[in-house]
Amino acid sequence: MVRVVLPFHLRNLAQIDGELAIEVPPPVTVKSVLDALEARFPVLRGTIRDHGTHKRRAFIRFFACRDDLSLEPPDTQLPNAVVEGREPFLVVGAMAGG
Amino acid sequence: MSSVRVLVGTKKGAFILTADGTRRNWNVSGPHFAGWELYHLKGSSVDPNRIYASQSSGWFGQVIQRSDDGGKTWNPPGTKPEELMSPDGMPKGASNMFAYEGEVGTHKFYDGSQHPWEFKRVWHIEPSLTDPDTAYAGVEDAAIFKTTDGGRTWHELPGLRGAKGALWQPGAGGMCLHTILLDPQNEKRIYVAISAAGAFRTDDGGQTWKPINKGLKSPYELPDPDAEVGHCVHRIALHPSKPGTLFMQKHWDVLRSDNGGDLWNEVSGNLPSDFGFPIDVHAHNPETIYVVPITSDSLHYPPDGKLRVYRSKSGGNEWEPLTKGLPQKDCYVNVYRDAMAVDTLEDCGIYFGTTGGQVYCSPDGGDTWDAIVRDLPAVLSVEVQTLK
Repeated sequence: MVRVVLPFHLRNLAQIDGELAIEVPPPVTVKSVLDALEARFPVLRGTIRDHGTHKRRAFIRFFACRDDLSLEPPDTQLPNAVVEGREPFLVVGAMAGG
Repeated sequence: MSSVRVLVGTKKGAFILTADGTRRNWNVSGPHFAGWELYHLKGSSVDPNRIYASQSSGWFGQVIQRSDDGGKTWNPPGTKPEELMSPDGMPKGASNMFAYEGEVGTHKFYDGSQHPWEFKRVWHIEPSLTDPDTAYAGVEDAAIFKTTDGGRTWHELPGLRGAKGALWQPGAGGMCLHTILLDPQNEKRIYVAISAAGAFRTDDGGQTWKPINKGLKSPYELPDPDAEVGHCVHRIALHPSKPGTLFMQKHWDVLRSDNGGDLWNEVSGNLPSDFGFPIDVHAHNPETIYVVPITSDSLHYPPDGKLRVYRSKSGGNEWEPLTKGLPQKDCYVNVYRDAMAVDTLEDCGIYFGTTGGQVYCSPDGGDTWDAIVRDLPAVLSVEVQTLK
């Protein structure tokens, strides 16, 4: 099971408390985790990546094991610690404001 | 006894204000969707418990919410857990998918270059007058979409962008389709308004559209006096009993048309400023109209720091200030285009919200005003439902 942590507003939208554990078929990549997440929570479609293009929304970032994976290709395999559920995959709303 | 339900969209959530027909004591619920921008909420006139809401965020994009119990509970259409059990497999979660039809094409950008259409958000949702599952959405970058399945899926009516769309350009607030008026006497006729493209009309249910901007003068923004499109129309309004008469608050100028928008005449008359955003019509008198004058396009607050609604009982030209209960000094708020509404009770309540977070109500057609709430986030939209 892959652990996923969503930002506050997306947890509310999906009516989730705390972090998630979702089944992701291998290979476990940014894309496959998001595919599994959106299949389980269709309301999240379009909120993390665009409909159709699946391009990451501008103010969304992806982190795992202290690394920023936002600019990595979507098919990049996630670290073993994430695949094995020892570390979460983080979806983060980028800092902005004043 | 009749009652009213006021749907307020703000920069940080939605609020629902309810009162009985006296409109003196109010209950406030919210924030719904706290922290999100709620550009617009509107209920179906066929089924008042059906309310659509546009929820959006610069981070997370667009979400459409729907309530079937008058705003007590909400769900993005098509994403309820029980709908996941469809024998056809998983739903697409497409209630927030606004994909332009066919070749996306380009429009005029701020620098004069051509720029591809890009969906940003839904500014306005207009439920059908006959079917609660049908509604229209006005979006940025400007286009009109339609749902016939209660908001689960939306499809563009692309003929609108065929009306010289390449010449449309964004105003300061973006290139938004912010007004949709359905003709209650002719289901094939729809009016829309776009900043900064102008007003448009379809007479065939949305397949083909034509610009209806003759008579508009925008010399500072559009040097061509005969420009068919490119006008910054802020809002248009009509009375259901007289849908061929339209009223318009343009960037500058208040205008009226008595032939479905074919020709417009200025009726700014004695207004202290003819710049402003909202315009609305009294529920029972189609020649009584309301505007909120704003100082200028550079100074988005009321002239002299006095918040005054202006009423014309003659369909324009002659205006009277309505001030009783409104702040008459040190007031520097704005009133956005979708933030005024009227109820249909006998004495016609008038409502508007401000960027300072106040929502005002006049239970007597504008003669006296009181604030329902004073400290909401900046108000983006106000709609009212009159409940029998």
